[in-house]
Amino acid sequence: MNNIVILPIVIPFLTGALLVLFPKYVMIQRLLSVLSFLAVMGTAVHLLQQVGGEGIQILNLGGWEAPFGIVLVADTFSLLLVITSCIVALGCLIYSFQSIEWERERFYYYAFIQFLITGVNGSFLTGDIFNLFVFFEVMLLASYVLLSLGGLKKQLRAGIMYVLINIVSSMLFIVAVAYLYAVTGTLNMAHLSVRVAEAGQPDLLTAIALLFLVIFAVKSALLFFYWLPESYSAPPTAISALFAGLLTKVGVYAIFRMFTLIFYHEPGITHSVIAWMAGLTMILGSIGAVAYGNIQKVLAYNIVIAIGFIVIGIAVFQEAALTGAIYYLIHDMVVKTLLFLLGGAMVGLVGTYQLKEMSGMIRNHPYLGWMFFIASFALVGVPPLSGFFGKLLVLQGTLETQFYVLGVIGLLSSLAVLYSTMKIFMNGFWGENQLSKEDEKTSTHGLLLPCTLLICVSLFLGIGVEWVNPYVAAAASDLMNPAVYIEAVLGPA
Amino acid sequence: MKINDVILQTVTKIVTFIILTFAIYLFFAGHHNPGGGFIGGLVISSALILMLLAFDIETVTQTLPINYKVITGLGVLVSLFTGMASFVFHVPFLSQAHLHFYMPIVNEEINIATTIIFEIGVAMAVVGTTMTVIVSISRNKGDEE
Repeated sequence: MNNIVILPIVIPFLTGALLVLFPKYVMIQRLLSVLSFLAVMGTAVHLLQQVGGEGIQILNLGGWEAPFGIVLVADTFSLLLVITSCIVALGCLIYSFQSIEWERERFYYYAFIQFLITGVNGSFLTGDIFNLFVFFEVMLLASYVLLSLGGLKKQLRAGIMYVLINIVSSMLFIVAVAYLYAVTGTLNMAHLSVRVAEAGQPDLLTAIALLFLVIFAVKSALLFFYWLPESYSAPPTAISALFAGLLTKVGVYAIFRMFTLIFYHEPGITHSVIAWMAGLTMILGSIGAVAYGNIQKVLAYNIVIAIGFIVIGIAVFQEAALTGAIYYLIHDMVVKTLLFLLGGAMVGLVGTYQLKEMSGMIRNHPYLGWMFFIASFALVGVPPLSGFFGKLLVLQGTLETQFYVLGVIGLLSSLAVLYSTMKIFMNGFWGENQLSKEDEKTSTHGLLLPCTLLICVSLFLGIGVEWVNPYVAAAASDLMNPAVYIEAVLGPA
Repeated sequence: MKINDVILQTVTKIVTFIILTFAIYLFFAGHHNPGGGFIGGLVISSALILMLLAFDIETVTQTLPINYKVITGLGVLVSLFTGMASFVFHVPFLSQAHLHFYMPIVNEEINIATTIIFEIGVAMAVVGTTMTVIVSISRNKGDEE
């Protein structure tokens, strides 16, 4: 029993409920939001140390023992993601101090950011599949509000599609959970793993596994990504950056958890389907990223490419590749958010999303330009920046397991990423400066601070591989050995 | 045209109390039987909504000048703090404790669990949310805030 495991969920929830009480005091709201994320980060780092020393930490809620009660499980993988999501959320929060209109700020904006993080952290930490559904819903409800807050026409149009997609996939989710419960008689993930292993994963369970794959693929924009570019370009920059960094990644987390802990007995079926989906996602994402001339669409398709790339790690199902995939996942959360924030700052200055209508911004905004340049190179994976190490390990994994085609697609998609981000950089920052200081729609005042924060994290991930990698490798080795997780939850067999 | 709503209003004045009593009954039944904070809260809000239907929104807000959004927040806080009491007593989050005592007048053994405080929070959150939804969709755009 370790009550600290609940804190990453309770702290933002508590803060969110407090913020509902006084929506008009914006300064206090900002202060409390920042403190909340710092506190969560502190507890998560503390937990990570504990996990390193004493093994996986669990908490049986209400004292009901697993597998009967709901159990929270903090292992290295989930804690790394909790810490990263707090860093990302903190960046977006500070960015929104300067960029969100006061109408939104006074209408429970900060409270809903806290509720979103409650759902995200809950999804990472829960060890019960029905509880996973509940925390997904907490996160999605908060995201529905943040997406449509402000009520602009394009927000509502994107909102309807986003809500519909998610309601349908949530309904499938609950149906799949019901199937799984009917077949195995349990909802606890560790217990599920034991039961599925006892049954040897017959065809019926494999079919349920594929249903789960479809659901999480819709949530994480793996292959089924048609909803993503539209809905991520509708809300204000800070919100779409938060979505870009967190929402799809929670779906990826669920795929990782399900297909390493529970459904790992038939990799010939499930994991080759994942491999196909990953390959197609990267190809289609690359086409989108290269084709569009709208800065937000290009960045949104870059999310899709990255999701395909991360999922390679689970498709080849090998420890080095998995380590790389987790490393790349953490890096991508930070850098994708950073790119969205920088892109948003560019759009704010020019007042248009079209790349053709911008040029020469490097004259007046050198920091913005160079930060965008570094962030793009980190995304592509130029050493020593943060994307390199993850990509290297994933590609090494594909070669060792003879998934040559996936490896080649992964490499080619990197070229597409490079082309698409350089297209933004060259169009936006090179050339004749057509925009005088007076013509700019907004200033970048206060927007560059959170970007600097995130770029420092990205540089740390790149240069500090030696410090970060032991944790990531431990997370991957835990994922490859479900027995560790099961023993922590259910006790020694 | 003025609608004749004398009967509705007279009935409402009595029925509201019946509904509220039933809500309290359901609320306390919840520990072992169907009922509890969620359903109790819904029934309380149904009493309030009946009042909204029989009278108009101004009358009801004058009689009950409550900001339902604050009620929601407070309810969530009450529930959360009940759960977090576990940090003080070093037991798992959301653990409950029982209290047994003897009631002289009704001559019965009473058993109260700390869950009841949690349930009060749930009921407040449910009433707050339901009423916020109903009151906001019954207003015209731009009336308030």
